[in-house]
Amino acid sequence: MNQAETMDRGSDDQGRVVEPTIFEISRRGRRGFRIPEEKTEGRRPHGIPERFLRREPADLPDNAELAVLRHFTRLSTMNHHIERDMYPLGSCTMKYNPKLCEVAADLPGFRDLHPAEPEEFVPGAVELLTHLQELLAAVTGVYAVSVQPAAGAQGELTALLMARAYFRDRGENRTKVVVPDSAHGTNPASSHFAGFQTVEVRSNERGEVSYATLKDVVDSDTAVVMLTLPNTLGLFESKIKEIADFVHEAGALLYMDGANFNAIVGQVRPGDVPFDLFHLNLHKTFATPHGGGGPGAGPVGASQALAPYLPSPLPSRRPDGTCFLDEERPSSVGRVHSWHGNFGILVRAYAYLLYHGSDGLRDISESAVLGANYLMSRLRKTYELPYDRACMHEFVLSGSRQKAKGVRTMDMAKRLLDFGFHPPTVYFPLIVEEAMMIEPTESENVETLDRFADAMEQIAREAEEDPQVVKNAPHVTPVRRVNEADAARNPNLCWNGRCG
Amino acid sequence: MSAFVQHTPEDRRKMMEAIGVSSFEELIADIPAEIRAGDLPIAEGLSEPETLARLRSLAARNRSASDLVCFAGGGIYDVCVPAATKAIAGRPEFATAYTPYQAETSQGTLQAIYEFQTFITRLTGMDVANASMYDGATALAEAVVLAMGARAGNRVLVTPFLHPNHRRVLDTILEPAGMKLEELPARGARTDLSGLAAERMGDVAAVVLQHPNRFGVLEDMRLAGAALEGDDAPVFIASVDLASLALVEPPADYGADVAIGEAQSLGIPMSFGGPVAGVFAARKEYLRRIPGRIVGLGKDAEGKRAFTLTFQTREQHIRRAKATSNICTNQALTALQATVSSALLGAEGRRLAATLSAEKAHALAADLAGIRGVELVDPDAEFFREFAVRLPEGLSAPAVVRAMAERGYLAGIALANPPGGGEGLLVAVTENRTWAEIDGYVKRSGPS
Repeated sequence: MNQAETMDRGSDDQGRVVEPTIFEISRRGRRGFRIPEEKTEGRRPHGIPERFLRREPADLPDNAELAVLRHFTRLSTMNHHIERDMYPLGSCTMKYNPKLCEVAADLPGFRDLHPAEPEEFVPGAVELLTHLQELLAAVTGVYAVSVQPAAGAQGELTALLMARAYFRDRGENRTKVVVPDSAHGTNPASSHFAGFQTVEVRSNERGEVSYATLKDVVDSDTAVVMLTLPNTLGLFESKIKEIADFVHEAGALLYMDGANFNAIVGQVRPGDVPFDLFHLNLHKTFATPHGGGGPGAGPVGASQALAPYLPSPLPSRRPDGTCFLDEERPSSVGRVHSWHGNFGILVRAYAYLLYHGSDGLRDISESAVLGANYLMSRLRKTYELPYDRACMHEFVLSGSRQKAKGVRTMDMAKRLLDFGFHPPTVYFPLIVEEAMMIEPTESENVETLDRFADAMEQIAREAEEDPQVVKNAPHVTPVRRVNEADAARNPNLCWNGRCG
Repeated sequence: MSAFVQHTPEDRRKMMEAIGVSSFEELIADIPAEIRAGDLPIAEGLSEPETLARLRSLAARNRSASDLVCFAGGGIYDVCVPAATKAIAGRPEFATAYTPYQAETSQGTLQAIYEFQTFITRLTGMDVANASMYDGATALAEAVVLAMGARAGNRVLVTPFLHPNHRRVLDTILEPAGMKLEELPARGARTDLSGLAAERMGDVAAVVLQHPNRFGVLEDMRLAGAALEGDDAPVFIASVDLASLALVEPPADYGADVAIGEAQSLGIPMSFGGPVAGVFAARKEYLRRIPGRIVGLGKDAEGKRAFTLTFQTREQHIRRAKATSNICTNQALTALQATVSSALLGAEGRRLAATLSAEKAHALAADLAGIRGVELVDPDAEFFREFAVRLPEGLSAPAVVRAMAERGYLAGIALANPPGGGEGLLVAVTENRTWAEIDGYVKRSGPS
């Protein structure tokens, strides 16, 4: 593995920040933190025999506190983030993450809580988990919810394991999971890891799951039909009732991928459709911070028939109103997390739910749908809109007109960075050529939506008049376009230089 | 009205006019009327002060480590989390950023993950580490998935002293893959590895050991490594305590193929067990089988050094059903906490934290074993900074934990049936514990 040359800290001739690794700026003897009672080292022997000890010290960096703070603060300035400007990533729901939720998760009674304490020491935590599950069940119209899964993908896997156990208990050998061709990649991957074969079903010309095709695919081998609602084109499946009836008549279960729940929260309850199983992404609809790629949380909801299979332990309420962690659940698929899921994330989502309540949640979806339709109405003039109808919280444009001029969607995405915007989700869903999937969320006001549309229009003009400026973008980011293929050919996955 | 939605009635009117609709209902006409929700059966929204008052009252009912002196461990430890770690992880530039698919505007997150990977490879000695997993248990499950893909068999030999929750997660996630889990024999609180070399390994995909194990005991990892040498041998998976590795031999040195663990002990708040971050590190021949995200250092169009997600063809968004895992994100923000804490502690801080924890733990173990009727569960076993004691006959472990809490101590984790029988306590000592607290623990556990 080659080592890129060491860089000095500072700026290059275009003012772009260069930041060496923490390992390069290390100087032996510097300290960034004092351990309690350091001077007592050796008062008693550490007691570990030589044969268990490492022979050479690990080569870790030494830096003073201020140097560490400056290093990571400088790194932070190279990130786009939600408090800087709009983040129109489709299906990612990059909404504002309220500060009150951060304050809640940082309360010592939550933050400093050990997960193996006796239940009688942690009634507040158990009550919070139980009440959060009750609120989510009320908002989604299902029988029960488990908040143990640590992410949406883990929620999918958990739900499919539940379906597997459910059919085994019924003595049915169903081997197939059906997913639309517009589905997230996690759907087929989760299906595979739950032991199912994935069967893909085509979308129709309206961008919905083709009811006719579905009828050909779903049979007595089908365990689960997974649908994202609204789907990844930002469209509500208008035939959802018929689909649900048909799937249930075939003896299969209907699953909702809740990645796009922000569009319908307060408008539709999945349990009323009825879906048998679903997952939600609390880092989307319930506004917990994405953290640069996690941690999230992926609660699973279940109908009464599927609820016994939810993970254990299940925070539950006794008839007298007190809460406990229910371990006596013989049908449960078991544990999917070391402890109680991503508790700190669950605290934030709980605060968000209490703050919004029944009235606020509906306001979220209305504003998200309105904002998306407004932005779509502006951009459809400039960009190809393959599914020309009202959208829900997001819509998908195609860069096909610009591609004809030699400018790709990836080029336009990178050019948006020069305007201070994060690009939309690109090249997804796979069924739209040169896709740009745009989700503004309810957080953006109309001025910001206009500013984004202005930038998109200017880029379209540039694609006509000055394509090179788009193809060579970005121009003002901390680095220029990154060569991903070269990075994969010459893997450098950790810093090999010795610490100073 | 929520403070987080900005459309005024005038904005709404203007937007609908531009869209060409006269009511919001027209936009959602695709939703069948029969499934439209009425008013949600939950309370109306609260103000910020009211919301926080509710949260504060729930938090106040918990007895946290800011209230009790914490000697509980079992995989999650009351370690030092520097104030500067909180300051960095709280920055919106890190906290509110998305997954760094767009490298040009995510260099901060990408470089931080690359530094996390470097810390993990330096502590474990392994060739490569990924960007992190959900937690230690799921990292272990993914390691077994890797092993079952890399080897022909479906048998997995596992220590009887695996963390019980990790064992349960393994059972859940590997059930569809047809994993046949078999426990290795025990000797006291140690895994009996003497028969490993003679074991018929043809259909064994992996051997899983935990070091220190669930009772804090250091296993004979070199013996296991020697028994598992060779290309046809099962994948040797070591579940390790990352904080121990400033002092204890790294898994690469005893021949582990995959090292997994919990990054929490590097300096992430306990937070009732999550979010934490799972560690996944491996020898380089397994690179293309590794689950989850990996960051690489490459170049931009002008040849300047730049970081990017790499080997994405392993991942679900490209490979779909054929991906190495269904995982989408990592735990970037908690991995960042582990990285910043590690950067602050530095080489000497890490060594001191491990050494002082071990010194204080051994002192406490010796003092507790001096109390009449108390004994170490396996007196011949060696440990790092956590140990199990058997309580005098007739004493209930939960009752002891309750009584010690009355005196301000979280004495450990109650053990229902430790090796050798009776009831026990699993006691962990971190660098946060002072000598005064060690003395106080011993005094308060004596006959009252």
